[in-house]
Amino acid sequence: MNEQSRPFEMSIGDSGQVASDTSTGASKVTSRNVCVFYGDKQALFDVNLDIPDRSVMSLIGPSGCGKSTFLRSLNRMNDTIPGCRVTGEIKVDGRDIHDPELDVVELRGRVGMVFQKPNPFPKSIFDNIAYGPRIHGLARSKSHLEEIVITSLEKAGLLGEVKDRIHEPGTGLSGGQQQRLCIARAIAVNPELILMDEPCSALDPIATAKIEELIDELKKNYCIIIVTHSMQQAARVSQRTAFFHLGILVEEGPTAEIFTNPKDKRTQDYITGRFG
Amino acid sequence: MSDTTAQGGELSSPHDWGSAAAKRRVRRRYAADRRLQAYGLGAIGLAVLLLGVLFASLIFSGYVAFTTTKVALNIYLDPSLIDSSNPGAANYRKLTRGAFFAYFPDVTSASEKRELGKILSSGAPYVVRDYVVEHPDEIGKEVKIYVPLSDPYDQLNKGVIPREIDALTSDRIALFKILTKRGVIHVDAGKGTVLVDVYVNPGDIPDGNLEAGDYQRMVAEAFRAFFPHALTLTYEELLAEDAAEALKAHVIANPGDVGKTIQFKVPLSAHYDSLARTGEAKMRNPRFASARDFEWFDSLKERGVLSSPFTWELFVNSDSRFPELAGLAGALTGSFFALLVCFLLSFPVGIATALYLEEFAPKNRFSQLIEVNINNLAAVPSVVFGLLGLAVFLNIFGLPRSAPLVGGMVLSLMTLPTIIVATRAALKAVPPSIREAAYGVGASKHQVMMHHVLPLAMPGILTGTIIGLAQALGETAPLLLIGMNAFIPSIENMGLLQPATALPTQIFSWADSPERGFVSRTSAAILVLLAFLVTMNAIAVYVRQRIERKW
Repeated sequence: MNEQSRPFEMSIGDSGQVASDTSTGASKVTSRNVCVFYGDKQALFDVNLDIPDRSVMSLIGPSGCGKSTFLRSLNRMNDTIPGCRVTGEIKVDGRDIHDPELDVVELRGRVGMVFQKPNPFPKSIFDNIAYGPRIHGLARSKSHLEEIVITSLEKAGLLGEVKDRIHEPGTGLSGGQQQRLCIARAIAVNPELILMDEPCSALDPIATAKIEELIDELKKNYCIIIVTHSMQQAARVSQRTAFFHLGILVEEGPTAEIFTNPKDKRTQDYITGRFG
Repeated sequence: MSDTTAQGGELSSPHDWGSAAAKRRVRRRYAADRRLQAYGLGAIGLAVLLLGVLFASLIFSGYVAFTTTKVALNIYLDPSLIDSSNPGAANYRKLTRGAFFAYFPDVTSASEKRELGKILSSGAPYVVRDYVVEHPDEIGKEVKIYVPLSDPYDQLNKGVIPREIDALTSDRIALFKILTKRGVIHVDAGKGTVLVDVYVNPGDIPDGNLEAGDYQRMVAEAFRAFFPHALTLTYEELLAEDAAEALKAHVIANPGDVGKTIQFKVPLSAHYDSLARTGEAKMRNPRFASARDFEWFDSLKERGVLSSPFTWELFVNSDSRFPELAGLAGALTGSFFALLVCFLLSFPVGIATALYLEEFAPKNRFSQLIEVNINNLAAVPSVVFGLLGLAVFLNIFGLPRSAPLVGGMVLSLMTLPTIIVATRAALKAVPPSIREAAYGVGASKHQVMMHHVLPLAMPGILTGTIIGLAQALGETAPLLLIGMNAFIPSIENMGLLQPATALPTQIFSWADSPERGFVSRTSAAILVLLAFLVTMNAIAVYVRQRIERKW
């Protein structure tokens, strides 16, 4: 890809000056030569990827190919894994996320994450969503906090189903509702980027369809990166798709192109079901 | 494919699942399964049996301590004897004994009164004093107060000690049985005698004066010749005191026997006489001075003035030299203070240590070393912690001896490893998805710990803490070493720095006391301790079940 030939720019502290100017237009996320190591084992090799704003990028690939690892390095969740090391440069909004002056807590506030298994806190639905705004001090008053919670639930398409039991435990909801609650929790802190790590793998088809609708709706305002094992899902929800294999970013491009006319043989093999 | 099966068939015949050998194998397998089950059942049965025996013996010997024999006294609180401005200072001994002696108007002599007074507990006057101090408005009235009997009468009333005990030990009875077999024991005219060959030695009769002969010596010689091996049985013990007199009477009656060996029936001493006639020898229980003691006691009983109410003193009173008045209040207070200190020290320190080790510590040799040592700490004998407390807390820091503060500090050394291990297990049990969720919305490490991980781990932590405290409650050795077995007759001045005792050390001191009443008091105290332990463990189980409901 042509980005590799571009001179490597370090930008520490002055994020505004170095806005990325790649061929894809306004990139929300840019990664350059990202390598991830778990102890001595290398899981990702020199990933260079630009992700445009207000769109859905799906990461596909066989199990263990490093797509989740890449996703987790975007909000530095890998920091919580002992022995994990990330090299290379990742920029969100042109700002290097490994900048020592950057606060990782703030980063995770700006980059929301939804996990494979729905993981609501064992608290009420309200407290689940209010937790993020509370710890970041986003709410000016109690009524403002309530407003944030209601808006987030509405955006996550859950308000109609739970508005009568907003103070009941979030763990009492069904799997699909729990996952939408987790999405509502993620958007409650007003992130710019939402990372989704196989958000539908634990859900039935109907709940999956609802989440996909929600993703379609959310992409109007957010940049969404979704890891998925379902190629149909990638084809349905995403505008661009990246294919990972054995820790290497094999191919990236508009979703339609990847699925109809892949350049790499490995991509072709994978999407036609030869392996994976 | 077909080739390989055919080949396999040639090489080894296919396994016949219905053959006799196969059936035998199946039978053996079943038998082994059943054996394993039987071993397990046997082990459980043995454990339950031993536990049952322990509890049964404790309850059997301890239940009597839950009632105390009391006598109702009608005491006229004479205003001329009790100063109402200072009611504690009157001569309550005189008042109490006076009221008691009123039951026995025929007892007048001082020595008899002294004997009679022993029926009342020495602590009875204090019971009356405490009553008057509490009800000063009743001075001048006649009141009915129940005061405890002294230990021997309390035990007599409960049937713990008998009125009569065996006068002879079993080895004495065995020796006597040997004599009976030899046919030398006779019962003549209601008197037990032993037939002995006596040589009436003329050398022992000076100048032929039959009156002045040393018949004692003759009997002793005869006895020695007759029972050369009965070394443990002396003739003074076996033979009546008037044995020599009987021989003298015989020789005077038959002067011709002097110089001869005669067969003489020597009378037996009282206990052996009774054994020869009735087959058993009883004597009055030496705890009671005379048979009159029983008469007095029986007369009290017949009059219905004795009662056996529940022993509230066991929980209300503190320690006492008199078992009928001794209670556990001081020990319970001391244990409470020590456990409080232990909890306040070990709970925060334990959680902080576990949190650091589990969540923050880098995985290197040093943290591994600490980890191994914490696990080892749990295996250190408690007496070692006691010595440590003695050497460090008392000698170096100069903290007071016997104080619950030091006791709690020593116990917290023992509780810490339990709490740390339990807390780490509870922290590990919090699902990682919760941490990820919290990190994912931008919580800092501190917020993840304090808002999510610790609250979710808290039931597990509390379970470990309660079990650790229950262990500490029953710990004796370290408390003994720092001297926390003080004699505490009142809980009024107890505090963190004052001398104190604890439940297990109280049990230890009571078990060491000679009075009969302390035997049942000890068992009762053990039952109280066990009740506390069972309660604490039940709370721990309840808390643990709540955590399981949550996930």
